[in-house]
Amino acid sequence: MRMTSSDDDLAVAAACGDAAAFSVLIDRHYDRLFGLCFRLLGTRDQAEDLTQDICAALPSKLRGFRGDARFSTWLYRVAVNGAHDWRRRAGTRAKAAEGWGDWEVARRAEADEARAAQDWLTTAMGSLPPDLRDTLALILDEEMTHAEAAAVLDVSEGTVSWRMSEVRKRLKAMSMEEARP
Amino acid sequence: MTDEIERLRAEMARATPTPDPARRAENLRLAAKNFDALQGTPDMARPTEARLVWGRLADGVTKMIDRISRRGAMIATTALVAVGAFVVLPTSTLMLQDRGSEYESFSTELESLSGSSHGLGGVMSMESSAPQAATRSRMSDALVVEDSMLRPRAPLGVVTDIAPPIEADTEAFANADTNPLKSVLEEPVSTFSIDVDTASYSVVRSSLTRGQMPPRDAVRIEEMVNYFPYDYAAPEGDVPFQPTVTVLPTPWNADTELVHIGIQGALPTTEDRPPLNLVFLIDTSGSMQAANKLPLLKQSFRMMLGELGPDDQVSIVTYAGSAGRVLDPTPASERATIEAALDRLEAGGGTAGQAGLQQAYATADEMAEDGEVTRVILATDGDFNVGLSDPDALKDFIADQRDSGTYLSVLGFGRGNLDDATMQALAQNGNGQAAYIDTLSEARKVLVDQLTGALFPIANDVKIQIEFNPATIAEYRLIGYETRALRREDFNNDRVDAGEIGAGHQVTALYEITPVGSPAVRIDDLRYGTSQVTVTSDEIGFLRMRYKTPGESQSQLIETPVMPGQGNVSDDIRFSTAIAGFGQLLRDDSYLGDWGYPQAIALANGARGEDAFGYRTEAVTLMRLAETLDRN
Repeated sequence: MRMTSSDDDLAVAAACGDAAAFSVLIDRHYDRLFGLCFRLLGTRDQAEDLTQDICAALPSKLRGFRGDARFSTWLYRVAVNGAHDWRRRAGTRAKAAEGWGDWEVARRAEADEARAAQDWLTTAMGSLPPDLRDTLALILDEEMTHAEAAAVLDVSEGTVSWRMSEVRKRLKAMSMEEARP
Repeated sequence: MTDEIERLRAEMARATPTPDPARRAENLRLAAKNFDALQGTPDMARPTEARLVWGRLADGVTKMIDRISRRGAMIATTALVAVGAFVVLPTSTLMLQDRGSEYESFSTELESLSGSSHGLGGVMSMESSAPQAATRSRMSDALVVEDSMLRPRAPLGVVTDIAPPIEADTEAFANADTNPLKSVLEEPVSTFSIDVDTASYSVVRSSLTRGQMPPRDAVRIEEMVNYFPYDYAAPEGDVPFQPTVTVLPTPWNADTELVHIGIQGALPTTEDRPPLNLVFLIDTSGSMQAANKLPLLKQSFRMMLGELGPDDQVSIVTYAGSAGRVLDPTPASERATIEAALDRLEAGGGTAGQAGLQQAYATADEMAEDGEVTRVILATDGDFNVGLSDPDALKDFIADQRDSGTYLSVLGFGRGNLDDATMQALAQNGNGQAAYIDTLSEARKVLVDQLTGALFPIANDVKIQIEFNPATIAEYRLIGYETRALRREDFNNDRVDAGEIGAGHQVTALYEITPVGSPAVRIDDLRYGTSQVTVTSDEIGFLRMRYKTPGESQSQLIETPVMPGQGNVSDDIRFSTAIAGFGQLLRDDSYLGDWGYPQAIALANGARGEDAFGYRTEAVTLMRLAETLDRN
């Protein structure tokens, strides 16, 4: 019975203090959340840490959940905001850059084939400005529509579509660059 | 050339690691533990902005600690951060101990188990001294976004004491600030459009029965009051409705009075009603799958079919998920065909159905003939991707269609995604009604018991204007109708849209008035520029109402003076007053003094009357729930 409950019902129940509902909910979303954290930040370590932070803070944050937004939308916004804070702090820590921002380091690493693909990905993600990167990180989620990404980022659906076409343009330019001898 | 995004998607899928199972288990445990720790601190049940600021700050601090302890990387830059962290840390730890044994386990764990302290974000937040200003401002921008999401429909418009005339397009507000107290000398005239929606009451009920206080902006007092059937005096002769005005003492203030305006719409006999053309425009997006959405919708419509006559026609158009006309216009007598089409509806997919709304209106045009009533009924859980994504274009489109004579009703289903603001905006623009359907009995109320009222308009663009007499009344305020304010000059402008009254509808409006010389007067006289009152009449004020007969563009006027002590105070009037008080309690309005839930419950209980449908009994139950929740 419980397993078939919708996320939103579970979230509302959890916000009212239902511990079982909360467990089901977070277990159900953990992997997707981790995936998003990875796409937002770019290293496994950071993704693990951010996911942990979100898990730890979620119970108190959830008290503010009133079912006005979809639970997944709400959760993803928590993640995107968490990633922002993370980067902002990373920015203040001199050049201790990590993740997608640290593509230069990765480029200097040895260049076997798998590495080259990873390299391309890291370069691609690293070259995007944060708003495009966040949008892309959301859209790469299989179940994410432009409308939902727009709700997460609190921008219009048109903005998401525009950003995605911008991403496409930049990636294409990067490939052209790559193809040049 | 392959799509770059697809390449990136594939690479990303390959690069994304699976979460570490051990950490996964640990994190889930941590979350559960923090969740449990939060229970039993009910004073935090309603988040405040301050708590969120602090929660965020505490998060930040613990994250920093996290980094330091986990990596042990004391390179120069990190050390700087560490200093910042330790400045704050002792305060928080001390405070936790002050909070008593409940949290002691946390403070000891703070060093060993870095993660667990995150859950304390909320706890630490409560009574601490101000954080370093710099930290707060750094955190605050992320916060604003998050907070606006929790209360997504913060009022866009601000009504202050020195209110400039409110813009005519009140549709922009889902809710606005509570109507302020006004001085009769400065602003003797109050104008608004009637509102027969009831969605707000259903949303309030759905929140309370789930154990949560409703979001303040979801509470629209006039919709709560108008949810209930009242037995006001029926109109006689040709007029479509009749106002009944009653002046009574205010339950929550001995020094003020209430002017209660009850409007009763005429109820033509069922045999006389014109044939009806209904186009159901149904959202079939994936989110509609929940039991309280599409299945409830199907049941509701099935119930409604039983109420239709042989001359009525039904058609079904879907959007989002599956798109298109799934049932061509069909006489209501062919019930099996209609039910089969309803049964075939399935929720699924996220594809945007194009032109759902246009198709619905085109179908409506096809069905419409002279002397018939045509209405589009939009049923959704909040996905208004009906083919026009720009909200303004959507409103314009609906307003255009309104002029063609087709009405629009919006039925909301389910919670979580419900876009109340858009629902309101569409129904207001489309000459229609918005209702929120959370249970089958609510569906029965809206679609069966009140079918005639919901589907057959008897008066369009109904506006109410009341001018108070400065010789007798010092101050007044309109209770509710915040989103329906009109400018004074719009009253006589027939091109300005307003609310509709359906057959047999009742509409109630309440003013709280403060007589001249009452100790309750709050606004001081102006030192300059107040002209002397030369009127000697003892009238309280003068009520004017404008309406259009459906199909006409010229409005008609009803006028009547309001006299002191007018009317009989019936159970209906007392009950509607209790609901108005209940709504104000839910909105935390400041005009009620010590009057609280117990008084509201007593007043409502004593005025339940016959209550054939049990609505009033249910309202009392909700008041009790709110009383309990509010105490926590």
